[in-house]
Amino acid sequence: MNSKYMFSLIAVIVLISLAYVGVEAAGLQVIFGIVIPYMAVLIFIVGFIYRVMDWASSPVPFRIPSTCGQQKSLPWIKHSKIDNPFTAGGVIVRMFFEILFFRSLFRNTKCRINEGAKISYIWEKWLWLASLAFHYSFLTVLIRHLRFFLEPVPVCLQLLENVDSFFQVGLPGLFLSGAVLLASVTFLFLRRIYIPQIRYISLAADFFPLFLIISIATTGILMRYFTKVNIVGVKEFAMGFATLHPTVPDGIGSLFYVHLFLVSVLFAYFPFSKLMHMGGIFLSPTRNLPNNNRAERHINPWNPSVKIHTYEEYEDEFREKMIEAGLPVEKES
Amino acid sequence: MNDKSKIIAGLIIFVIFITFPFWYNMGKAAPVPEPKLTDKAKLEKECVEPKQFMKVEHMQILDVWRESVVRNASRTYVSKTGKKFNMSLASGDDSCIGCHSSKVDFCDKCHNYASVRPYCWTCHIEPPKEKK
Repeated sequence: MNSKYMFSLIAVIVLISLAYVGVEAAGLQVIFGIVIPYMAVLIFIVGFIYRVMDWASSPVPFRIPSTCGQQKSLPWIKHSKIDNPFTAGGVIVRMFFEILFFRSLFRNTKCRINEGAKISYIWEKWLWLASLAFHYSFLTVLIRHLRFFLEPVPVCLQLLENVDSFFQVGLPGLFLSGAVLLASVTFLFLRRIYIPQIRYISLAADFFPLFLIISIATTGILMRYFTKVNIVGVKEFAMGFATLHPTVPDGIGSLFYVHLFLVSVLFAYFPFSKLMHMGGIFLSPTRNLPNNNRAERHINPWNPSVKIHTYEEYEDEFREKMIEAGLPVEKES
Repeated sequence: MNDKSKIIAGLIIFVIFITFPFWYNMGKAAPVPEPKLTDKAKLEKECVEPKQFMKVEHMQILDVWRESVVRNASRTYVSKTGKKFNMSLASGDDSCIGCHSSKVDFCDKCHNYASVRPYCWTCHIEPPKEKK
């Protein structure tokens, strides 16, 4: 038992019950279907912009890249252009691999102390693999949901669905991304529970998004494959939402509202949480700055303006006294 | 050093992306499709199961039917009310397309709206389009 994950788990269970009871018993479809989702989208957009602008207003006076290779130096020393970029081009390549392939996570190692107090570092790729699977499947699921919000459904979206349901398992056809999403997010959760060091540094704020996403994926999968909802009604609802003429069609089960409420909570929680790494990764100064401190001078923008008195001015002021006292001067008169 | 202009440009692109559904439809909701029932279907009043059930579970029923016919050669479906039906999608009057004779007016109406592309008709022969 750990109060941190219990706290998050209870929070998510309360949220689920809130939506379920609210719709099932109190009939608050308008609140959970219209008011809360719009508010969540608004909070997400405004909060996201606010957070990023807050970061953007902090100047970065000095280049502080984390270097993972040889710095640009003398011509006969081989320069590592991506891992220790010197130009904007190098930075762009570095950020590209970081954002799309999580290159820094790929360097993840596990360290162990062997007999005789010898330390060894072990190749550990599961975190990288699960993260990559998680982020890409989540992206696919998110894009796939656009089919509810767009009419007519664009061809590229239909193509994505065809690829995603490639194996034609069951009816309605199994979307691989949904299964991969649930599996990978479960792995990321179990990792936090089972590895003692990771459990020790995990906070409630780490578990909450995991439980939330697990619940969102589970309710989505339940709706598609098991309990079933009226999909035309769902699309009617989503189209109303996207065209700002919200309606609450009949015959959509309360499971849908639970799903929608959890997604709304995720959106609204996003700007206040560690999930902001979505925007933050672009702004991480240890990645997005070229390492050119030795070639260029970067002046600190918040240096105070100091009143200075140069030696020339000093000599001008005291020249006669200096000559009288026999001190050497640079200009005689 | 301050990259505010670049960051603002990135933010604008991001906001355009996430509000995509709002401006793609430009405020006009496409009408909700209403599958057309044939006279024969209207006369029957009810499909093999009640309408609400068929709306959400028809794909499951067809999947079970396929299993039953292909694997067990059993073609009789007993509905919840005890009525017996012939399990068949497209074999003439005593099948799904016996009542729902137009794929365009019935199946495609909702399937296109919800972007669902079932692969029924890669094996079965589509019901012939109505002569005009």
